[in-house]
Amino acid sequence: MSTDIDARGLACPQPVIATKKALDAIADGVVTTIVDNAAAKENVVKFAAASGCGVSVEEQGGHYRIRITKGAPVAADKSGPGDRPDGRPTGDTVYLITKDTLGHGSDDLGAILTKSFFYTVRESQPLPKAILFINGGVRLSVAGSPVLDHLRALAAAGVTVLSCGTCLDFFGLKDELAVGGVTNMYTILDHLTAGKAITL
Amino acid sequence: MLRHLPQSNDPRLLVGTATADDAGVYRLDDHTALILTVDFFTPIVDDPYTFGQIAAANALSDVYAMGGRPLTALNIVAFPACDLEGDTLPAILRGGWDKVTEAGAIIAGGHTIDDPEPKYGLSVTGLVHPEKIWTNAGARPGDALVLTKPLGTGILATAAKADLYPAGVAASIQTMTTLNAKAAQAATGFTIHACTDITGFGLLGHIFEMTSASGTRAEIASAALPLLPDAADAAAMGLVPAGAYTNRGYLTAVDFAAGVSEKLRDLCFDPQTSGGLLFALPAAEADALLAALKSAGVSHAARIGHILAQGRGEIHVY
Repeated sequence: MSTDIDARGLACPQPVIATKKALDAIADGVVTTIVDNAAAKENVVKFAAASGCGVSVEEQGGHYRIRITKGAPVAADKSGPGDRPDGRPTGDTVYLITKDTLGHGSDDLGAILTKSFFYTVRESQPLPKAILFINGGVRLSVAGSPVLDHLRALAAAGVTVLSCGTCLDFFGLKDELAVGGVTNMYTILDHLTAGKAITL
Repeated sequence: MLRHLPQSNDPRLLVGTATADDAGVYRLDDHTALILTVDFFTPIVDDPYTFGQIAAANALSDVYAMGGRPLTALNIVAFPACDLEGDTLPAILRGGWDKVTEAGAIIAGGHTIDDPEPKYGLSVTGLVHPEKIWTNAGARPGDALVLTKPLGTGILATAAKADLYPAGVAASIQTMTTLNAKAAQAATGFTIHACTDITGFGLLGHIFEMTSASGTRAEIASAALPLLPDAADAAAMGLVPAGAYTNRGYLTAVDFAAGVSEKLRDLCFDPQTSGGLLFALPAAEADALLAALKSAGVSHAARIGHILAQGRGEIHVY
């Protein structure tokens, strides 16, 4: 599926809004946005990257053609060479992870259960659409996390892995993020309402 | 723009166009100088009363940035003649009136012209002692830089046009309608070497005016910058006004450390409306100034960097 948006002559933030609407309307596919100034190009590229989409830009005759691919494997930055997309399908489940131990009762047991949970998710079929980390959950997506290998493998397999930027800031972990991207409440809400959301 | 005009060499003109300062200053006698400034723009928020408040706070700010107190103001209005009978223009003027009154000044008159695109602002006259003027040019090596308002009003104005980030937009309106009076008042007891207010050229553009006028350099700690809520998220989402990119292209004397994120770089160039004051003062006085600002209710004030010796305005952001 492919959509073209001619955003030439539009002032900021209109090119971003038009691109967002087109991307919201499709589950996966390609949106090509054409803009005529560098500020709009930068903004649409930023928006695509923040939305977890693939993006490439081609300049031709004073215009920029920005090709945005939704549903492409999220850039598995910082993942090791052993992590390869294995092509398994992703479903529509979205996990909202709110803390770094699973369940109540014992945090020691919770830590063990967390490892077991992400191992099981990694082996599950279909894979979740997205895993979102908020509040204490962001401790799982940063350096030193016991489940980093599982998350990197999931990201490499096409699962969207996002951590709340405000939360990373709050815990002083912004520079420690080791898998996936940083996101905001707006995107988190988009994911929660678009998929089958499970909060842990 | 003014570099295309001849500069006055009248000795009574204490601050003219040479140092890209916030306002002109004209000496009347040994104890009194006039501060003269004007600013007006198109509506940046939907609510007319709020727009009037913001335009007035923004115009008055130049007087505070020179170390003075505002005395009188004249309205400058462009408005479509066919809508003159409606409620909009009175609401704009009421917002301006209330802010000028809050500043302890008076509106002495004004002028309106017919224009399909509304514009509002004020020409403000203030008073300052000729030996107590805060200019751009006095920053000295070793000075600390203190900023009094959070950044992000341009990015959040773009977010408002997209109906996104309502909490951040509300906080932005709150900061834009806040006078710089308390911040200026809190700083009067300190050794202020230089001061400017942060407006259309963004944080780094106005720091550059200060460092280049002072023959110095500056180092800015990006992690210390006070930010409006949602501003960094909105920047990452591509809600960055064209003016930020213009500022970025124009300022070549800036270098960023590799670890400074793209959204923070955008915020450094984001054009501000009714932004905060930026003080350069001896580093030993910085903590006391911050304490005085906080107790005066200027709660977002932060020490964001310092001035280095000998340069042509270069800024390093880490």
